[in-house]
Amino acid sequence: MTRPRAPLEPEDPRQEVTGDPARELVSAVLLVAAAVAAAGFVAAYLLSGDTQLMGLAIGAGFVLLGLALIVFAAGLAGEGRAVEERPLPEPVQPSAGEIVTAPASAITRRRLLAGAAGLAGASLGATAIVPLASLGPAPALGRSAWREGRRLVDDAGRPVKAEIMETGSFLTAFPEGASKEALGSPLIVVRIAPSMLNPPPGREDWAVDGILAFSKICTHAGCAVAMLRYPLFPDREPGPALVCPCHYSTFDVTRAGEVLFGPAGRQLPQLPLRLRADGTLEAAGPMSGPVGPAAGGVDW
Amino acid sequence: MIDRLVDAVDERTGRSRLVRKALRYVFPDHWSFLLGEIALYSFVVLVATGIYLALFFEPSLTRHAYQGSYTPLQGREVSEAYRSTLDLSFHVKAGLLMRQTHHWAALVFIAAILCHLLRILLTGAFRRPREPNHLIGGAMLSLAILEGFAGYSLPDDLLSGMGLAIAYSVALSVPVVGERLGPLLWSGEYPGSGVIESRLYLLHVLIIPLILAGLIAIHLMMIALLKHTQFAGPGRTERNVVGTRLWPGYALRSLGLMAVVAGVLLLLGGLVQINPVWQYGPYDVAAASNGVQPDWYMGWLIGALRLMPAVEPTVLGVTVPNPFFGGVLFPAVAFGVLFAWPFLDRMVSRDRSPHHLLERPRDAPVRTAAVLGFATWVIVPFLAGASDRIFVSFDVGYELQVTVMRVAWVVAPAVVFLIALRVCRRLRSSGERPLRGWDGTVLERSESGGFRPRAGRE
Amino acid sequence: MLRRSLAALVSVALLAAASAATVHAAGQADIDRGRTLFAERCSSCHGADAMGVQHQGPSLIGVGALAADFELSTGRMPLAAPNLQPIRSDPSFSGADIRRLVAYIASLGGPAIPSVDPSRGSMLEGRDLFALQCAGCHQISGAGGVVTGATVPALDQATPTQIAEAVRLGPYLMPRFGPEQLDQHQLDSIALYVTQTTRHPDDAGGLPLGHLGPIPEGMVAWLVAMGALLVVARMTGERAS
Repeated sequence: MTRPRAPLEPEDPRQEVTGDPARELVSAVLLVAAAVAAAGFVAAYLLSGDTQLMGLAIGAGFVLLGLALIVFAAGLAGEGRAVEERPLPEPVQPSAGEIVTAPASAITRRRLLAGAAGLAGASLGATAIVPLASLGPAPALGRSAWREGRRLVDDAGRPVKAEIMETGSFLTAFPEGASKEALGSPLIVVRIAPSMLNPPPGREDWAVDGILAFSKICTHAGCAVAMLRYPLFPDREPGPALVCPCHYSTFDVTRAGEVLFGPAGRQLPQLPLRLRADGTLEAAGPMSGPVGPAAGGVDW
Repeated sequence: MIDRLVDAVDERTGRSRLVRKALRYVFPDHWSFLLGEIALYSFVVLVATGIYLALFFEPSLTRHAYQGSYTPLQGREVSEAYRSTLDLSFHVKAGLLMRQTHHWAALVFIAAILCHLLRILLTGAFRRPREPNHLIGGAMLSLAILEGFAGYSLPDDLLSGMGLAIAYSVALSVPVVGERLGPLLWSGEYPGSGVIESRLYLLHVLIIPLILAGLIAIHLMMIALLKHTQFAGPGRTERNVVGTRLWPGYALRSLGLMAVVAGVLLLLGGLVQINPVWQYGPYDVAAASNGVQPDWYMGWLIGALRLMPAVEPTVLGVTVPNPFFGGVLFPAVAFGVLFAWPFLDRMVSRDRSPHHLLERPRDAPVRTAAVLGFATWVIVPFLAGASDRIFVSFDVGYELQVTVMRVAWVVAPAVVFLIALRVCRRLRSSGERPLRGWDGTVLERSESGGFRPRAGRE
Repeated sequence: MLRRSLAALVSVALLAAASAATVHAAGQADIDRGRTLFAERCSSCHGADAMGVQHQGPSLIGVGALAADFELSTGRMPLAAPNLQPIRSDPSFSGADIRRLVAYIASLGGPAIPSVDPSRGSMLEGRDLFALQCAGCHQISGAGGVVTGATVPALDQATPTQIAEAVRLGPYLMPRFGPEQLDQHQLDSIALYVTQTTRHPDDAGGLPLGHLGPIPEGMVAWLVAMGALLVVARMTGERAS
C-alpha cells in the first residue's frame, strides 16, 4: 500500500546551501573544463579566426558551464519539496465596476461626459494613426515603361538582335533608357517554334518569327518567372511553358501566357514585338495588361 | 554571500521583505515548465548577438562595387546592406560566428515558443485566471515571427529579397486597403525608393525588441503574481505550489539552462552553416533561384500560398488578389483561433472557475484532440511548402502532392481529432499511472460489491 | 646537317600522315562498330536507321556528336521507357563504346562536341549569367530543383564538356542557348562558375547541409537544437524518484 513519505518542508526563512559531495566534484570538473574551453576560444580567436574552431570552443564552454550549474543544483538538499501557499481569493467586495455606475439623477451629465470622452479618445487615436499616411504616396500600380517603339536591351544595355536566339531559347530584356529595377521593366523573351503558336484573336502578329515577350514578374506574388520549360522534340508533354519558381505558377507561352497550373489568377502580361530595320527587337505597343501582382481595393 | 547582498540591497532600498519573498518563490519542478525558459534564453542570445551585428551592419540600399574577398562577386555592384553582411562574415573575426549564432537563435526561439505553447494548450494552463497571459504569449509569438522575417530580409540577398517581393504582394492583397498598404510600406510601388531597408532595420533592431522585452516582463510578472500552475500530485492542491525555491535551487538550474542554451546556439553558430548569403548573391528584381524558401517558421505561409487554387475573384468591382487567401486570411484565422482559445475552451467545457492545477492531456480528451487537430491544420501547409524538395527526394510528383495536400488540409485535422479523442479516452479509462508520482493502489469493485486491488497496478 | 634535318622533317611528315590515316581508319572503324552497337542497343526506340520510331524515340539524324555524347556520357540514354524523364546515372556503355556510338551518330550529321575551357572564363560573369539564366531551374548553387512536370538535376557531377553540351542542346525540357546568344567566353565562364560552386563551394560557415537552405536549417533547429535542449530540460526538471 502507501509508502511513508517525508513530510513536506514548511516555510523556511533561510535556506541552507548544502550540496551532494559527488555532484559537487563533477561540477568542479565541468567548470574547469569550461574554463579550458573558454581559453581555447581566446586562442582560436587570436591565432586563427576560424569560425568552426571558435564556435566549438565557446559553445562547449557555455554548455559545460551550464551542465556544471545544473548538476550542482540537482544535488542541493530540500529540492522538490518546498511548499508555498497561494494567496486567498479576496472576499467579495463591491466590484470595481460598481464605482463607475452613476446614480440615476446624474445620468444626463455623466452620459455627456462619457460621450465627450469617447469622442476625444477616438480623435486622439486617429491623430496617432493618420500620420502613417505620410509614409508613402499612392502611385498608379501595374504600369511599365514599355511603349510602342521602345527598344529591347539586355542586362548589359545592348540592343537585342532577333537572330541570336535559337528556337527553345530565352533571355531577359529591359526597356531601353528606363530603370531596370522597376517592376514593369523585366521582360522574358522566348523563342518557340512558330508551328507551336496558338495565339488568341488579336495577337497573331505579336510574335516575330516565333519570338514572344512577356513580363518577367509573376502575376501571383511578384517573383521573377525565371524558368522556361521547352521540350527538345515537338509535340512532347509537358509542352512549352514559363514557370515561376516560388509557387510554381505555370504560364502557356504558346497561348498568351494563360495559367496552366498554380495559384496565379491572371495570365502573364504579353508585350507585342516587332523587328526594326537593323534586326533588333522593339515593342509594338504597351503591355497587354497590368504588370505584377494584383492589388486589393481596385478592379485590377 | 547572498545574505550580504540582500542586506546591502535592504539598507539602500528598504525592500528586504520583497527580496526575501522573491527568493523564496516556489517553482514547480516538471521539465515542461522549462520550455518557456528556453525561449527566454534564446531571446537573450538574440539580443546579445544582435547588438554585436548592429555594430557592423549598414542598413542602406545604396550600391557600390564589391571589393571584398569573395571572388565570384568582385567588382559587382551590391548594396551597402549586402556588402556589410559579407564583410562581417569574411573580414571580421568571429563575425560569421555571431551572425550564424544569431540566426540559429531565431529559429530555436520560435521553436521553443511553440513547444511551450503546446504544453500550455494541452494542459489547460491558459484557463482562468491566466487568459491575459495567454493573449500576451500569442502576441509575442506573432511578433517573434515578424521579427525573424524582418531580420533575415535585411542583408538584401536573393533569397530574402524574393521573400520581400512576396510580402509586398501579400500587403497589396488585403481587400480595400491593399492598393495603399503595399506602396505605403515601401514608399512607392515595389521596389520603392529603398527606404524599406531602413524601416525593416528600425523595426527589427528597436521597435519589436522593445515591445517583446516589455511583453516578456509583463508575462513574467503575471506568472509571479498568480504563481505557477502545477501538475496534480501528492501534496499538491489548487491552493499551493510544490517544488523548488528560487534560491538556490531554481536560480542555479535556470542559469545553467541559460548557459546550455547559449552553448548549443554557439556550437551551431560555429559548426553548421546557416543563411550563406554570399552563395545566394545580391537581390535582383529580374532574377530568381529555384528552391527558395523562407525560414522554417514561415513555411506554413509559403505552403498556403502554393496550395490555394487559382482564384482571384472580383467582388463588387474590386479584385481580391490570390495571395490574400494564403498570406492573410489563413494566418489571421489561425491566430484568431489561438487568441480565442481560452474563451472557446470555456464555452465548450462550461468551466468558468479558476484553475491552478494542470490537467494531463488525456484527462481532457476533447481539448487535447482539438489542440492536435488544430496543430495538424497548421502543419499540413508546412509540408506543402517543402513539396518541391519532397518531389526531388522521394519522387512524388509536385502536382500530385498539391492535390493530395489540398484534401489532407481538410481531412487530416478531422482524422487526427478523432484518433486523439479515442486514444485519450482509452488511456484515461485504462487507469495507467493515475497520478504523477503516485504510488498507491487502484481498487476495483467486484461483482459481489467488495473492493479488491486491480491486478497489475502498483 | 641538312640531311639530318631533312630526315627529321620526312619522318615527322610520315608520322603525321600515318596517324592521320590511323585516325581516319580508326574513325571509320569506330563508325562501323558504333552502327553495330546502335543496332543492338538503340534501334528498338530510335529505329534501325536512327530515323525514329513513332511514340518511342525521336529521329537522331542531325543531332550530332554533341547530343549523343551528352546523353550517353551522363547515362541518360538508353532510357528504360519512352515517356520517362531522362535522369543522370552510371553510363550503360564503356568510354570506348560511347566514343563509337558518338562517331556513328556524328556521321549522320549535326553539331560536334563543343570545346570549353573553364580556366579561360570569368567567375563574375559566370555567376551573373548563371543567376539570370540558369538559377531559376538549377538553383543558385547548382543543387537542382523542380519545374512543373519534371525535376531539374543538380550540377555537381557535370563535367565542363557536359555543361557546354547541355547549354547548346537543351536536353529534355531545358531551353538551349546558341553561340550567338552565349559566346565561347560566356560558356567558359558558366562552366567555371558551375564547377567551382558545386565542387569547391565557399562554406565558411561550417556544415553546408546540402546547400539547400532553410528546409534543412529548420530541421536542424528542431531535431538537433530543440532535441538537445529538450533532453537537457528533462534532465534538469523533475527527477524520476
